Amino acid sequence: MSIEVVNLSFSYGDRLILKQISFAAQDNQLLSILGANGVGKSTLFRCMLGLLKGYSGEILLHGKNLQTMSIIEIAKSVAYIPQSHYPSFNYSVFDMVLMGTTHQVSMISKPGKKQLQLVEQALERLGISHLKNRGYTQISGGERQLVLMARALVQEAKILILDEPTANLDYGNQIRVLTQIKSLAKEGYTIIQSTHNPDQTFLFSDTVMAMKDGEIAAWGQPGDIFTEDLIRNLYAAEVTINSLYDDRVRVCIPKCAI
Amino acid sequence: MKQSNRNNMIILSLGIILILAIIISFRIGRYPIYTNELLGILFSKIIAIDPFWDIKIETVLFNVRLPRIALACLVGCCLSAAGAAYQGVFQNPMAAPDILGASAGAAFGAALAILNYGSSFMITIYAFGFSLLTVALVYLISKKAKGKNILGLILSGIMISSLFSAGTSFIKLVADPNDQLPAITYWLMGSLNGAKISEVSFVVIPMALGLLPLLLLRWRMNVLTMGDDEARTMGVNSNQIRLIVIVCATLVTAASVSVSGMIGWVGLVIPHLTRKLVGNNYNHLMPATMLFGAIFLLIVDDVSRNLLTTEIPLGILTAFIGAPFFIYLITRSEEIN
Repeated sequence: MSIEVVNLSFSYGDRLILKQISFAAQDNQLLSILGANGVGKSTLFRCMLGLLKGYSGEILLHGKNLQTMSIIEIAKSVAYIPQSHYPSFNYSVFDMVLMGTTHQVSMISKPGKKQLQLVEQALERLGISHLKNRGYTQISGGERQLVLMARALVQEAKILILDEPTANLDYGNQIRVLTQIKSLAKEGYTIIQSTHNPDQTFLFSDTVMAMKDGEIAAWGQPGDIFTEDLIRNLYAAEVTINSLYDDRVRVCIPKCAI
Repeated sequence: MKQSNRNNMIILSLGIILILAIIISFRIGRYPIYTNELLGILFSKIIAIDPFWDIKIETVLFNVRLPRIALACLVGCCLSAAGAAYQGVFQNPMAAPDILGASAGAAFGAALAILNYGSSFMITIYAFGFSLLTVALVYLISKKAKGKNILGLILSGIMISSLFSAGTSFIKLVADPNDQLPAITYWLMGSLNGAKISEVSFVVIPMALGLLPLLLLRWRMNVLTMGDDEARTMGVNSNQIRLIVIVCATLVTAASVSVSGMIGWVGLVIPHLTRKLVGNNYNHLMPATMLFGAIFLLIVDDVSRNLLTTEIPLGILTAFIGAPFFIYLITRSEEIN
């Protein structure tokens, strides 16, 4: 198992956010986490990335307890891909990706030849080499998301955590980004992403974890757990689920719209 | 890596311009020192050269011109480096060296020393000490503040600055209006008038101690501008790096202000001009802004001591240049290049 979460609970003050969460993910697995806003997805991610400390339970990265690992050790095993954003200062796409290699060099030195090469490879891998001299804030949202993915790849961590990678992207970019994520999982990465789109989880993931009130409401392959009851339970929304292409695809349609 | 080569060329050019500016600055003034005399006097300290220069010139060089030029370069370099560093660790393009109260504290210390009839060296020590004390206070208070780390620092910086400014005003109120009050007022305007070699040797150590880590940590500063969470997930201990950078930037700011008085705008304007020149990557930005700051303050100081028969305080000149530039910056802020 590349990541194991055992009986994880976390609270902000008196407010219990995560209650006894347990799950595991392995290489080649693409796990999507579904759940309404404020259900604890981000808190769960922040715990798994070592950003929140005061939790109970255990998080194991490749069998090692997260709490005994240094910041650099954590960075070597898990990389974070935030939503595409605007930083305070504009950097070239190349420099932006290069930042992912920082943990490989000592505190007082800058990335060297090996790191520059890693960046070239990652840009090539994601098909964005042509952007390398452009400013990060001057490219499209979808391109920025791919740049952040490249930054995670050069970090050379095997677990990737993505926070709603397709939020704020147009339809075409959503498909392009999700396709890249799917192929990264095939290459051996362990990918955990949060999403707000149930249809997407069916098309682009092999395992779904549904969360409600800080607990796991359902876990399994999308085909097994994806029901009208689940959607009603998670989002308080009435939908009908339609099966297409011999149940290789399922689509949710809100009942009030038909 | 064409971009990188281009930036290296710019840094090299800035270095050459600085050397030329220094040579020309020796020549400007009531007693001009020409390049052959300058080299002759300097080399005569190492090898035996028959003096072909007026002995008076040698006194002017070592007691007046050299300390002044050295301080102008050092202060310009330090304020720009500190400004660029604060902008990075606070992820805020509008941060300047006085953001954590270093200037307000120095002003209070200097005013206190003048009130106690301190010598100019005492004034420097007091300004330096109170500057460091103020920032330490701001840091400790921000640790108690709830919520976001950075916001807490900036807010307590504003509060403590305002407290020390009130203290400075009070000292001005009780100071002797015949000699102390003008001295305090003049100090607050910022000037390198009467720079001494003893001041140079006092500030050069803290400046070197601060500038070196700022240069060495410059790649890490890039990662810090991504925000604390992202920096940590990339293996950068954001709190640790920020603390080191703040300590170093404060050290060089305190050392600068303690000999120059209030010189505003350099630490905001020069890093921004340098960003336009070499981009935001601290790899090139940090050395370039240090050189650019030194060139800028040296030239402004040349103007300050030669334009009129009396000295124009540096702080006035930098504000005359800085404020219009700031207006230019905010009116075109839409285009984040």
